[in-house]
Amino acid sequence: MNRIKTVFSKQNHALLGELVRTDFKLRYQGSILGYAWSLLRPLFIFAILYVVFVKFLKLGNGIPHYPVYLLFGIVVWNFFAEMTVQSLGSIVGRGDLIRKVKIPRWIIVISTSISALINLMLNMIVIAIFMIFGHVAVSLSIIYLPLIIIEVYLLALGIALFLSAAFVKYRDINYIWEVVLQAGFYATPIIYPLSRITSITLQKIILLNPMAQALQDARYSLITHATITPQKIFKGGPYDYIPYLVVGIILIVGTVYFNSQAKSFAENI
Amino acid sequence: MKEKAVIYVGNVSKAFKLPHEKQGSLKSVIVNFWRHKKGYEIQDVLKDVSFEVKEGEFLGIVGRNGSGKSTLLKILSGIYSPTSGDVRIEGRLTPFIELGVGFSPELTGRENIYLNGSLLGFTRKQMQNMYDDIVEFAELERFMDQKLKNYSSGMQVRLAFSIAIRAQSDILVLDEVLAVGDEAFQRKCYDYFYSLKRNNKTVIIVTHDMAAVENFCTRAILIEGGKILKAGDPRNVAQSYKELFLPPEQEQPEEVFEEPPVLETPKRWGTKKIIFKKVKVTKNQKNITIHLQMDTKEQVKSQTTLAYTVKSADGSSLFGDSFEIGNDISDGTEIDAAITFSNILSKGEYYIDISVRDVLSGIYYDFWSDCTSFDVIHAPENALHILTNSKITIETQAIPATSK
Repeated sequence: MNRIKTVFSKQNHALLGELVRTDFKLRYQGSILGYAWSLLRPLFIFAILYVVFVKFLKLGNGIPHYPVYLLFGIVVWNFFAEMTVQSLGSIVGRGDLIRKVKIPRWIIVISTSISALINLMLNMIVIAIFMIFGHVAVSLSIIYLPLIIIEVYLLALGIALFLSAAFVKYRDINYIWEVVLQAGFYATPIIYPLSRITSITLQKIILLNPMAQALQDARYSLITHATITPQKIFKGGPYDYIPYLVVGIILIVGTVYFNSQAKSFAENI
Repeated sequence: MKEKAVIYVGNVSKAFKLPHEKQGSLKSVIVNFWRHKKGYEIQDVLKDVSFEVKEGEFLGIVGRNGSGKSTLLKILSGIYSPTSGDVRIEGRLTPFIELGVGFSPELTGRENIYLNGSLLGFTRKQMQNMYDDIVEFAELERFMDQKLKNYSSGMQVRLAFSIAIRAQSDILVLDEVLAVGDEAFQRKCYDYFYSLKRNNKTVIIVTHDMAAVENFCTRAILIEGGKILKAGDPRNVAQSYKELFLPPEQEQPEEVFEEPPVLETPKRWGTKKIIFKKVKVTKNQKNITIHLQMDTKEQVKSQTTLAYTVKSADGSSLFGDSFEIGNDISDGTEIDAAITFSNILSKGEYYIDISVRDVLSGIYYDFWSDCTSFDVIHAPENALHILTNSKITIETQAIPATSK
């Protein structure tokens, strides 16, 4: 009870706010367009992907609104990747604070994650613009979207807590994670539609990955009901729950490991 | 109220793992695991430290570099956790391990105030209320919208200090805050300390400034080698701290001359009725003693005096004295004399002339210039003595002529 009180104390709230603010101010420090880059970056990346995958490779044949479908996938994956990568180095990067001030260590990871969330929200504005231009009809299933985003956030948070704590001791973690992320990018149906995978078994295996499940569900809820979702593939049954279970386990392991290491951050950095 | 302990430290020990080589990589962990090798060494920084701090106390922690005092401070602040033992803190504690922690050079002064304030536990609203006072106190009104990287280091310290003194904690922990800044800043620091004392705050400071310890602290702790060497009255602790820096007194080599020199030299001459056999200088903090051993070769029947002169390295005489040692000294008498004088000398090297002579005729039995030298490494703290207060103790031992 006491612990929960300190987690939500006014001081921590204020500190979190300042850290996020600082992060945001420093991000586009010195660039002429400043915050505009938060929107311009995804726009340009999308333009490239659009040309390569929609115009040349024609991957999206058969999927309605494939350009937005593709962009949305990229946006969600980028949120996951950005949050984990930024958090990974956050504890070490804020070593000056850790060694000299008594602040709850998790605040640093949370502040990084909130910065990533803010970025996601900005990117969602871009998505909304494209949905309007692409005449994507919004259905009632959009109400599931926040829940799916929360799922991705919790998954990323569990990983972020684990990686940031491990990085204090083992500085190889960032290279390993870079490779894992790259593999994950292709293991998740982001740039290719899941329907392109002809083997049902392979589709099932792919969908056990929480990121793949979340991505497909998110596309289903926001863009088109033609998206293949785990419910459609597994047709109910226990396999449906495996991605959520994975998220839960990762979150618990990450939190427990982070807490066990937090006490010695100051001396190990 | 004064009796309440607000900080309780019980049997606290802290050990650090020091990696042997560049560890911190998975490979070295795996390799070391394979070889059953520990990739680190354990260093005990604090050993079984216990003390209490009562409400309203101003505690000074002193010690040499590497004695473990900063580690202790970080444990009190909750930045490190102790390897064993426990720490209990009653009330809110704010550590100042450094001024301006979290300052970002790319942010403006204004933004840094808010960021730094949040690290001290202030909400944005509280900071807004204090903002004008902070800026005014730091005397930086014109610079608040400039980036911190364009501030001089003095300006940064002023800004950090102005924020720091807003901390409303019951307990404040300050590490070497005095070490920075010019004289005007130091005065501000002292004013701040006085105000803390007036407001009955509990304060712990780590410092090398013994004047501050003696002026502000109600109690002090001296840490050496991770242990509390001394605790109590700040004056005594400050004194013990200073003594830590004195190297062990070196024994001056004994100058032994069993036989009188055959030839007279410009440095040593006389009739050799009485000769100096051994000369040695010993020192302590207060006094310097010349130990002399003389041998009587021929009986002397007149008043005899022993004299010494202390000279500086350039050869000028500084002071000296003479002592009567007898008027009938029989053949074969060995005389041991110890001349003690107050150490009023400043750092440097000194030489000694000694002589023994017949007072009436002025004939020297043995005159020895520059017979020995000694170094003063630590000048005495308070050289109040203008006089050297030379004293002599003499022991004579008559050796029967038959035994010769």
